[in-house]
Amino acid sequence: MSESYLIVGADVVGEGRGDLLLQDGGVRRLNSAADAPRDARRIDADGLVALPGLVDLHTHLREPGREDAETIATGSAAAAAGGFTAVLAMANTDPVTDTAEAAERVHELGRQAGLVDVQPVGAVTKALAGEQLAELGLMARSRAQVRVFSDDGKCVHDARLMRRALEYVKAFGGVVSQHAQDPRLAGSEACAHEGELSGRLGLPGWPGVAEEVIVARDVMLARHTGSRVHIAHVSTAGTVEVLRWAKAQGIAVTAEVTPHHLMLPVDKVATFDPTFKVNPPLRPAEDIAALRAALADGTIDAVATDHAPHARHDKEHAFAEAAFGMLGLEQALQVVHTVMVRGGAMGWAAVAAAMSTNPARIAGLDHQGGGLADGAPANLVLFDPSARVTVDRDASRSLSSNNPWHGIALDGAVQATFLRGRATLLDGEVHA
Amino acid sequence: MRHLLSAADLDRDQALTILETAAQMHEVQHREVKKLPALRGRTVVNLFFEDSTRTRSSFEIAGKWLSADVINISAKGSSVSKGESLRDTVTTVAAMGIDGMVIRHHASGAPAQVADWIDAVVVNAGDGTHEHPTQALLDAYSISRRIGDLAGKHVVIAGDLTHSRVVRSNLLLLKTLGAQVTLVAPPTLMPSGVAAWSEAAGFATTYDFDAVLPDADAVMMLRVQKERMSGGYFPTPREYTVGYGLTRQRLKLLSPNAVIAHPGPMNRGLEITADAADEARSLILDQVSAGVAVRMSVLYHLLGGAQ
Repeated sequence: MSESYLIVGADVVGEGRGDLLLQDGGVRRLNSAADAPRDARRIDADGLVALPGLVDLHTHLREPGREDAETIATGSAAAAAGGFTAVLAMANTDPVTDTAEAAERVHELGRQAGLVDVQPVGAVTKALAGEQLAELGLMARSRAQVRVFSDDGKCVHDARLMRRALEYVKAFGGVVSQHAQDPRLAGSEACAHEGELSGRLGLPGWPGVAEEVIVARDVMLARHTGSRVHIAHVSTAGTVEVLRWAKAQGIAVTAEVTPHHLMLPVDKVATFDPTFKVNPPLRPAEDIAALRAALADGTIDAVATDHAPHARHDKEHAFAEAAFGMLGLEQALQVVHTVMVRGGAMGWAAVAAAMSTNPARIAGLDHQGGGLADGAPANLVLFDPSARVTVDRDASRSLSSNNPWHGIALDGAVQATFLRGRATLLDGEVHA
Repeated sequence: MRHLLSAADLDRDQALTILETAAQMHEVQHREVKKLPALRGRTVVNLFFEDSTRTRSSFEIAGKWLSADVINISAKGSSVSKGESLRDTVTTVAAMGIDGMVIRHHASGAPAQVADWIDAVVVNAGDGTHEHPTQALLDAYSISRRIGDLAGKHVVIAGDLTHSRVVRSNLLLLKTLGAQVTLVAPPTLMPSGVAAWSEAAGFATTYDFDAVLPDADAVMMLRVQKERMSGGYFPTPREYTVGYGLTRQRLKLLSPNAVIAHPGPMNRGLEITADAADEARSLILDQVSAGVAVRMSVLYHLLGGAQ
């Protein structure tokens, strides 16, 4: 029989103190802590906030292919340490997740790691080449039950192919998550937000409009096909305007924003430190303000990390030649707390929606994002909002250390994570 | 100043000191025996990740005339293409016990990154489309030799500014030296964000070359590559020349006392006509000869007795 936990005095999703019993994989809301079975392990949660387990729509776990940068096990550990109970593992591995077999393998390795639900994302196009559809239906019918498809890292830039993909996945309730980057406006050399700083530094520019034109096109394709589309890592104020318009029209579009785009400005690249090289690039303060407002008002549905571990040597090139991407799983909730909750832009219920309920719904994960009502699956995180932690990249569970928050003090700390009633993070330790 | 990574590393006094020393070094170039003992026992590596004839040879001669041991390493197509990281490449070279590393790299910012990784003095010999500080120093040296102190002088810079590292270093250095700068290019070849940049940094921009020429004390023409046409930066070389080339007609707008500079390599007939390149007001060969003197001065101040 599995251990049960009695969580005493937590602020449950910001709605007031309550006692939660985690037993047999489910949540029970107790009227009194005295109602708990005697053998339940008691966790004093005074001052802690209880949130439903976080769901990340956008994680790179690097396995198979780059197990020197991250494995499904180490990425899962980082996820558990960050309060996540499910992650969507992006398809741009080597080999690419573009077949049922590849998807099942990722799913199975995630199950073996046992720290979070690892749900594979399938490629939209074979080998991410943007030329022919991958076997979307076979991935959907596989044991991994793939529902989210993305060529992330690359844009599905061919309008006709994007249209077909949007139509085709309707048959099994799938969704395409688009990496919006017009490859003619922002090619492979583009590496920094196109603006004054890239002009001064002579870095090849990645203009915001390269994202915006694809988002505008794709919401029109979604309207035309009656399909739903998801926009990955929204980075500009212009994209927010398009999304706001599209949602007002009733177009089935959802969108995510990363913790780094909510917090870190383009100025970070002024020293040419490739830690801050990410795709899409860090943007100016005006974009950051628009992204925060859009997350707060629901125009952007979800926070997703785009956790992108890289081996040290892949970041120790000249800026233009270094790998794109930064870590995110372990700091995501701290960042959202620091920039959104502390400033009063979001309450805990909105955080639970953006980091658990909405991403689970977008990804079609029935056993995640269910909230903390009586009888819900016991996926939850306990967060201490009074802590203040200076991030140390060497203290990470990730195999990589490309952590953009290294040395920065963030507000709050994840204290415990539970996956179906089992503690995956407790007392500072990750437990499979 | 420990390294020379950007023209912004130099304040006015430091820049003027380097230019004064360069004048002394320039004298040495005309002696029969050109060697000075200043850097005897010092080792300088020219680490070039990109092809270069003039800059590499002028750094090599500069180091040798100062009696340094100079080693040229072409990293193009060697360790980099084998997948070695930039950090591994430069720390390997630095581990041989060198005193100075002169770096040319095809990517912006590489010398600044390298300066964080190794103990040797780093000199930026041109990085991507970022900076080329010794070129700016030799431009300032050549221009001021002809027209005097640059303070208050008007320098017009025209050409492919987007892809030019020379313009970025020149903007910084000319500003430090008190000159007024006007940039001229079609909108497609202006650096991104130039409106905000020019306002913050205090320089002017225009698309109208003719309008600014009569008031110029110096005109610096930057190379325009014909390949830019395929990127849609301008329709044809002919059209570029009519709008932005230093043509025979435009030479007439220029004051008789003004000078013409070009850091090379020139595309004669595109951004500059043969007439302009060869006429008396042109500094182009002076710039090449000044290159050695200025680089001697830079190496001397970073690695020599001045320490």
